Amino acid sequence: MRNSRLIKLPFWLTYLFLYLPILVVVIMSFNASANLFVWRGFSLEWYPAVFADEAITTGLRNTLIVASLVTLLATALGTLLAVGIHRYTRGGLVRAFAIAPALLPDLLLAIGLLSLFSLLGVTLGLHSVVIAHVTFAMAFVTAIVLARLASLDPNLEEASQDLGAGAMRTFMKVTLPQLAPGIVAGALLSFTLSLDEFVMAFFTAAPTTPTLPIAIYSMVRFGVTPEVNALATMLLFVSVLTVIGAQRLTRVTDSL
Amino acid sequence: MTSDTAPSGAAPRGSRRRWAPAPFLAPGMVVLSLFVAVPILLITSYAFFTRGRFGGVQFTFTLDNFARLADPLYLKVIATSVGIGLIVTLLALLLGYPTALVITRLPAKWRTIALVAVLLPFWTNFLIRTYAWILLLNNAGWINQGLQAVGIIDEPLTLLYTQPAVVVGLLYMYLPLMVLPLYSSLSAQDAQLAEAATNLGSSPWRVFRTVTFPLSIPGVLTGCVFVFVPAMGNFVIPELLGGGKTVLIGNLVRDQFLKARDWPFGAAIALVLTIMLLLLLFAQQRASRRVTEGPAERKVTTRA
Repeated sequence: MRNSRLIKLPFWLTYLFLYLPILVVVIMSFNASANLFVWRGFSLEWYPAVFADEAITTGLRNTLIVASLVTLLATALGTLLAVGIHRYTRGGLVRAFAIAPALLPDLLLAIGLLSLFSLLGVTLGLHSVVIAHVTFAMAFVTAIVLARLASLDPNLEEASQDLGAGAMRTFMKVTLPQLAPGIVAGALLSFTLSLDEFVMAFFTAAPTTPTLPIAIYSMVRFGVTPEVNALATMLLFVSVLTVIGAQRLTRVTDSL
Repeated sequence: MTSDTAPSGAAPRGSRRRWAPAPFLAPGMVVLSLFVAVPILLITSYAFFTRGRFGGVQFTFTLDNFARLADPLYLKVIATSVGIGLIVTLLALLLGYPTALVITRLPAKWRTIALVAVLLPFWTNFLIRTYAWILLLNNAGWINQGLQAVGIIDEPLTLLYTQPAVVVGLLYMYLPLMVLPLYSSLSAQDAQLAEAATNLGSSPWRVFRTVTFPLSIPGVLTGCVFVFVPAMGNFVIPELLGGGKTVLIGNLVRDQFLKARDWPFGAAIALVLTIMLLLLLFAQQRASRRVTEGPAERKVTTRA
């Protein structure tokens, strides 16, 4: 069916709206001037400057530590959970429970975890951020792996068990290799989610161990420096690469 | 799974089967119970307790936290949140529906590219996306510079730190969440229905009004809930783009927890917000089901 001009206008407006702000940040990251709004010619000076800023480098280091641990834990837990749900549960209750953290307001989970840590006397730090991030990253891994499982041929697993392989052996030799693309996609998404997540980290990080988004938040609140543009551009690049990678491995848009 | 031959005779069949799920389900379920279920139960119970003298929680039962929400001050915050949430949702629908519709009608190759292009901003850091609007909306920002260059305005407009700035920021943040369900719903539609209507002489507008749109209502409802709900809970955009002048429910919860240190009241607000969300989700599910299983179809399924 042909698209009339009437609906093509909002279509292009949407893309203009979505990409204009990103374009502004990227262009201004190459600005020779320290003025955030006036273009004074091309320069790469802000890129090395990012790595000279202590708030940014500390935040970046913390974020990378958290994101790596979250990726490992969420991927392992989420994959096992998805296989368990697919193989052993009938009703959607366990499934709903596993996916819920992705749907619940992050604010609710964040204050809930803060309350729990406080009640148990757990000091906040990177470990509490890791726990917070694992809860929802796991939900995304579970959802993606479940989608992948649904498309697999159940006969292969049955054949393996009929031939005498136990549950674990079947899982390692038959199920896992077939799930690999979904698992890698889940891992990539966990990494991106953890890298960008702010609200949960805001409540569960210690003031001494801020993650990168927390560092950006305070920078944006208390006066922006041109390095933020360069940092933003680099982060955009990493996120986009990761998501495109995940997208190619599994059709994420279908499973979410 | 019906043919269990249980080759190793050590364990009896039944117990083997019973414990088989444990290594898969147990680790995840332990994490979920401990770090999702318990925190939510904790917040739920805190909402019924009293604030301790030095912050924290004193375990005396009370309903005061909910009663306090009736204070005009807090009612105003709820009204503002709902109002801004509705405006953002409506704008997202007006922009997102045509976008999703055009995407479904693109050639297959372009369809994927257009869809990924809608999603990409969503997967980039949300603080940076908000920060980008500071660059655009500032008095010396690109929008004011552009308008002044063209000669539409002489003096820069105050765009940043206003309520419309909050609306734009929230719309920017959650627009992809509107396009996605609309796209799934529209692309799942049988194109032949619209074609048939056209062949029978309906104008494009009439086809849209009587065929395309009614069939996409489940997608519309999902998209609206997806946008409305997080828009109300967001506390960062009102602060960064609204300059703290626009207080939404999310800001209220954050402040009760981190500034006022009145956790029970903060928990009560968060609980009310979550219940509103769950009711919306429930209503959306029911409404979608009513659309997809219309009375005529239900009759067919009962007969079968």
